[in-house]
Amino acid sequence: MDAKEIIARRVALELRNNTLVNLGIGLPTFVAHYVPAGISVAFQSENGIIGFGAPPPNGMENPHLTDAGGGFISALPGAISFDSAVSFALIRGGHLDMTVLGGLQVDQQGRLANWMVPGKIVPGMGGAMDLVVGAKRVIIAMQHTAKGRPKIVEKLTLPPTAMRRVSLVVTELAVIEPTDEGLVLRERAPGVATDEIVAATAAKLLIADDIREMPIRCAA
Amino acid sequence: MQKAITAKEAAALVPDGASVMIGGFMGVGTPHRIIDALVARGARGLTVIANDTAFPAIGIGKLIDAGCASRVIASHIGTNPITQKKMIAGEITVELVPQGTLIERIRAGGSGLGGVLTPTGLGTVVEDGKPVIDVDGVKFLLEKPLRADFALLHAHDADYNGNLTYRLTAANFNPIIAFAAEVTIAEPLQIVPVGVIPPDAVRTPGVLVDHLVERPH
Repeated sequence: MDAKEIIARRVALELRNNTLVNLGIGLPTFVAHYVPAGISVAFQSENGIIGFGAPPPNGMENPHLTDAGGGFISALPGAISFDSAVSFALIRGGHLDMTVLGGLQVDQQGRLANWMVPGKIVPGMGGAMDLVVGAKRVIIAMQHTAKGRPKIVEKLTLPPTAMRRVSLVVTELAVIEPTDEGLVLRERAPGVATDEIVAATAAKLLIADDIREMPIRCAA
Repeated sequence: MQKAITAKEAAALVPDGASVMIGGFMGVGTPHRIIDALVARGARGLTVIANDTAFPAIGIGKLIDAGCASRVIASHIGTNPITQKKMIAGEITVELVPQGTLIERIRAGGSGLGGVLTPTGLGTVVEDGKPVIDVDGVKFLLEKPLRADFALLHAHDADYNGNLTYRLTAANFNPIIAFAAEVTIAEPLQIVPVGVIPPDAVRTPGVLVDHLVERPH
């Protein structure tokens, strides 16, 4: 399993039955491949749909049916579409159960930076600020380090996406829960030692007494 | 009843320096023929208000490529490296607005509201220079309404009265920007007789639409 698959498989275990979920562009979209058996979730894409499905076969694409990254999608039975004002009323209004977003940095207080690197990349926040403010649960799916440098840091050096504390951070090494007391290391990936996680993290980690291995199946 | 105009005539209505709200999300639900006509007539100095600038050579990206826009108000320019390049080179001013805030500012502008109070952006660079309002102990940012000289809409069907429908994710900003401009121009894929669109299926009332662009040939 590569890092992305570990992260996606672990995040997928956070999905709950009969919930509305928004997956960010990039790594978070892989979560849709690993929805656990027996769990039914509706995926929202902020450009205006609930209930989209996998990309259609070649030649069957509909030019009016795309996800927030502009990629072609399909619609499942029961899917509904709506305009951007409705879409963000769903997001900001507390009607979205969970969002999974990528991250550039998460700090000691559980704050997220994920929308720009000053002087380097300025893609814009898109819907990220609304999603972090409005979703009931905010799960960050990101690689633990970038080019060897920790992404979990004491204090954000990048512009924050919101002041809200995220619910959970899932990396290929660990599951970390930001709490009032600080960042709690809840789980380690299969074969990863606690020391390795601490060494790859630039913020203080509180090691949970009952730290466990990520309950993901290691299917080769 | 509306009188259909050509995309070229639509583009001629939009003077250089105008502000234009354009529907679309990554080029989906965008009035492509009006954009092509704006590029063809060599429009200059436009302020483009839209969710994003799509991709190079696609949708709103064509206006950026051709140098038609001098200012962009959008939530995301990450899929268009040319927008980013021109921004860094100082050829285009870009104001980035959170997507939910952008659509609500436009909705406010088109609905006679003095602004919106949103929690989005609190404590971030988005807050800079904006009043923070306390409502019963909860803090919100005051975001001002946004209007434009022109709204350029994509629609799926239009009837002779300008009533509009959309399909799937092609609605996005279109139904909202229809309210927020001095002049609204809609580019439908097809035009049908009045009555073909059932009253409940109309997403944009024809009273908002000033001009319909003729069907594609």
